[in-house]
Amino acid sequence: MTNHWNDLQNSDCILIMGSNPAENHPISFKWVTKAQRAGAKVIHVDPRFTRTSARSDMYAALRSGTDIAVLGGMINYILQNKKYFTEYMVEYTNASFIVGEDFDFKDGLFTGFDPATRSYDKSKWSFELDSKGNPKQDKSLAHPRSVFQIMKKHYGRYTLDKVSSMSGVSVQDLKELYELYAATGTAKKAGTIMYAMGWTQHSVGVQNIRAMAIIQLMLGNMGVAGGGVNALRGECNVQGSTDYALLYHILPGYLKTPLAGQDTLEQYNKAFTPVSNDPKSANWWSNYPKYSASLIKAMYENDDPKDAYNYLPRLDSHKASQYSWLPLIDRMADGKFSGALIWGMNPACSGSDSEKTRKALGKLDWMVNVNLFTCETSDFWKGPNMDPKSVKTETFFLPCASAIEKEGSVSNSGRWMQWRYKAQEPQDGVLTDGHYFHELWEELVHLYEEEGGVYPEPITHLTFNRMCEADENGKYHFSAQQTARLCNGWFTRDVEVKGKKFKKGQQVPSFAYLQDDGSTTSGNWLYCNSYTDEGNKAERHDSTQTEEQARIGLYPNWTWCWPVNRRIIYNRASCDPKGNPWNPEKAVIKWNGEKWIGDVPDGGWAPGTKHPFIMLKHGMGQLFGPGRVDGPLPEYYEPLECPVETHAFSKQLHNPTAVHFEDEEKAVADERFPFVASTYRVTEHWQTGSMTRWMSWLVETEPQMFVEISPQLAKLRGFENGEKVVVESVRGSLWAIAMVTDRIQPYKIAGKEVHMVGMPWHYGWVTPKDGGDSANLVTPNVGDPNTGIPEYKAFMVNVRKWKEGDA
Amino acid sequence: MQRRTFLKTTAAAVTATAFTGLGPAFALDNVVKEAGECKIQWSKQTTSICAFCSVGCGLVVHANKSTGRVVNVEGNSDHPINRGSLCAKGASSIQMTVNADRPTKCMYRAPYSDSFEVKDWEWCKKRIAKLIKKSRDESFEKKNADGNVVNRTMGIASLGSAALDNEECYAMHSFMRSLGLVYVEHQARI
Ligand code: SF4
Repeated sequence: MTNHWNDLQNSDCILIMGSNPAENHPISFKWVTKAQRAGAKVIHVDPRFTRTSARSDMYAALRSGTDIAVLGGMINYILQNKKYFTEYMVEYTNASFIVGEDFDFKDGLFTGFDPATRSYDKSKWSFELDSKGNPKQDKSLAHPRSVFQIMKKHYGRYTLDKVSSMSGVSVQDLKELYELYAATGTAKKAGTIMYAMGWTQHSVGVQNIRAMAIIQLMLGNMGVAGGGVNALRGECNVQGSTDYALLYHILPGYLKTPLAGQDTLEQYNKAFTPVSNDPKSANWWSNYPKYSASLIKAMYENDDPKDAYNYLPRLDSHKASQYSWLPLIDRMADGKFSGALIWGMNPACSGSDSEKTRKALGKLDWMVNVNLFTCETSDFWKGPNMDPKSVKTETFFLPCASAIEKEGSVSNSGRWMQWRYKAQEPQDGVLTDGHYFHELWEELVHLYEEEGGVYPEPITHLTFNRMCEADENGKYHFSAQQTARLCNGWFTRDVEVKGKKFKKGQQVPSFAYLQDDGSTTSGNWLYCNSYTDEGNKAERHDSTQTEEQARIGLYPNWTWCWPVNRRIIYNRASCDPKGNPWNPEKAVIKWNGEKWIGDVPDGGWAPGTKHPFIMLKHGMGQLFGPGRVDGPLPEYYEPLECPVETHAFSKQLHNPTAVHFEDEEKAVADERFPFVASTYRVTEHWQTGSMTRWMSWLVETEPQMFVEISPQLAKLRGFENGEKVVVESVRGSLWAIAMVTDRIQPYKIAGKEVHMVGMPWHYGWVTPKDGGDSANLVTPNVGDPNTGIPEYKAFMVNVRKWKEGDA
Repeated sequence: MQRRTFLKTTAAAVTATAFTGLGPAFALDNVVKEAGECKIQWSKQTTSICAFCSVGCGLVVHANKSTGRVVNVEGNSDHPINRGSLCAKGASSIQMTVNADRPTKCMYRAPYSDSFEVKDWEWCKKRIAKLIKKSRDESFEKKNADGNVVNRTMGIASLGSAALDNEECYAMHSFMRSLGLVYVEHQARI
């Protein structure tokens, strides 16, 4: 989230698309309905009528996977009807930038596409530069190659009729939706978006969000109270675990994993440090070398970062098709891993195509699974279609402490880093995850010292004990407090920075003081300022706020928020170039003639001296985004499994760069699998249910796998409500109880009736008895080319009656 | 379509799953007994954050002062986000920790065996470390196909976890990268 949960109350129009917060983020809805009581319009656009729709002022049903049609249509409506916020768009976005002559778009493809590698040469989408190396601009927006004019041409194709024919939303509903939301394109109105996996889990996931970001920038909704682009994260610390880079492509704080050929720290830094010649561009990533050196120093405190850089493994590329989840499981299925450490996860149910995943686990020599309860992953070797006697995988299950049996912090969707305390000791024999990591590391150091082995230095030099506290016998134990101190960072020697003197061992006050020479540590620069000499700010429970802060509910003294306790990111864009808030009633920051007051500003520079989007090289919001692998503008493509052979926007049926495996069959307009399917969550269960299926109160409320089916489809197939049916796809099948409901209605797509079914993905064979199995038995191994996220939200199935002998 | 028209033209929803009834594991006399232990004078309160979704609702956890065991978990009414309220999952938080089905011992399943056996952590630790070392040493690549230095372990995958605290995520990142792992993924990807 660029904003935070309490901030929803400040909105004038809340678009909920790609999420169902009333059921999946229930307490957030407190703030949605608060805004609504104050006059805000709430709009829900979703394939399925849910409790969120029931509370909304407007509901529109779209076919799953057609969001870019609907959003592209909205961009077109805003442009045609001049609903954009002109001053904001001209001053703060790249609408006026001139795109180079190489750029073009034809038949659903941008220039630079190479069919052999299914990838683009992104240099074809570059901006035209002036003599100083800055993008040329035309603030009149008239230049035919200006971003503004290119967008007009591109989205002019997204007519109401075409959008309606692909999405199934009526022309009348589209008009109402566009009018309601575009009304926020003025200085005094803010519109916000609440999205979740309903947008990300598509082969065009990133472009779904890009499309909305474009709308928010055109309407001047970024940086303001009640605005922003707000991802509703699914897990209590999935924000933090991403910030801390448990992902192939990043290191903590969104630094990049090193690539082959970057032989020195200097080469690595150079590759990832952007350069801008525009004095008005803060270009914050120019600080990259300070953050990388401080991270390496946090890991290897006794080494020079230049040397310790060599301890970091290097990848061949950052391609999602090479290292992300889908290719990882594919590689496991090919027997290319001998071991796997599976921590607080249940991939046997959570990954797409569960059958493939479960079989892949059987190709390992060994596997460690750490969880609160046993699950389909720890027990995979005795699951359906498995004969334990033929499964080699040596398997360990390690029980871990629960969230209230240890201390530590979690970061919510609004980036609030919140401390949790230990309420009770874990049972004997149960350790925290942190203790498991540390003790395994100690044992490995011991083994390498005793037996030698391949390149042991990265392990033996790791200063893991700096994350620990020593007991009276001098034995080190993992300590969350010590680790939080290290993640913030400390000075490793006496130094003077920006005229301030610091002693060795002192905490670094904020990332502005981090250094590139090894004199500072910081396990994650984004968290620098969370644990200073004042103490651990994630522990703060102080509700006091100034009058301005209270007006929009900023709560700056309640816990802590990254970066540097800034509650609303890009807040410089909430003011005009003179520092006056666009909406003084709900000011986020304001220039008082000497300094900014309100929220922590995006840099203290005087108004008008720096562009507002400080993390971007040119400082301007990117309507035209030449950095994504599948195009600089969102374009409509069908999901990789879809009910149609052609679509209204181009000849290019699918995202040409999507991650998929050539040898795996896909159902495209395939009469064997005629129904669109989507997966989702219910309030009473969580993710694969690996915890909630063991909680009797929750199981009693949602005991069993079901599939939501429209009355029309039930009639077509002769199903009764409550009957056991089979859902099957190219990949597999599972049984589910038919829930016949008006909440799902057939769509009219290109003149034809198309049915959809929806399923929760919380179940698994381990428990409860007769609960059913994972919906991921039928989901596809295809995904977004930028992120690699699987397309769980739109794929094709058949539903039929259950008979004896079916799974 | 307006909500009202939708409601008018469609029949009532089929499954009203009200949050009713308490499971068998929660007999009434237990409720009375535990309610007594929740009295503030008998319990120690600590605050926490709900371990399910990312709204980050505040919790107050009560532990019996004499046994040290958790007896109640409820919403923190001071917390600016939830103001004391919790959804069905958050309100059931205590069952995540206080639950007879939680294993309290490490378990080991030998290759081709049809059952788990209980092992202590010391034994598991030694065995797992040996396996990690073997896999690492056998699959370590100093250079890639192009002859560039890569210093990486190709034979081990790490999956997880958004269920860890930030500090544990940092520890996990450091540990996995020190082992040379490049196949490091978790829930955020999927
Ligand atoms: S109580 Fe419900 S809404 Fe609040 S954090 Fe927990 S799961 Fe999310």
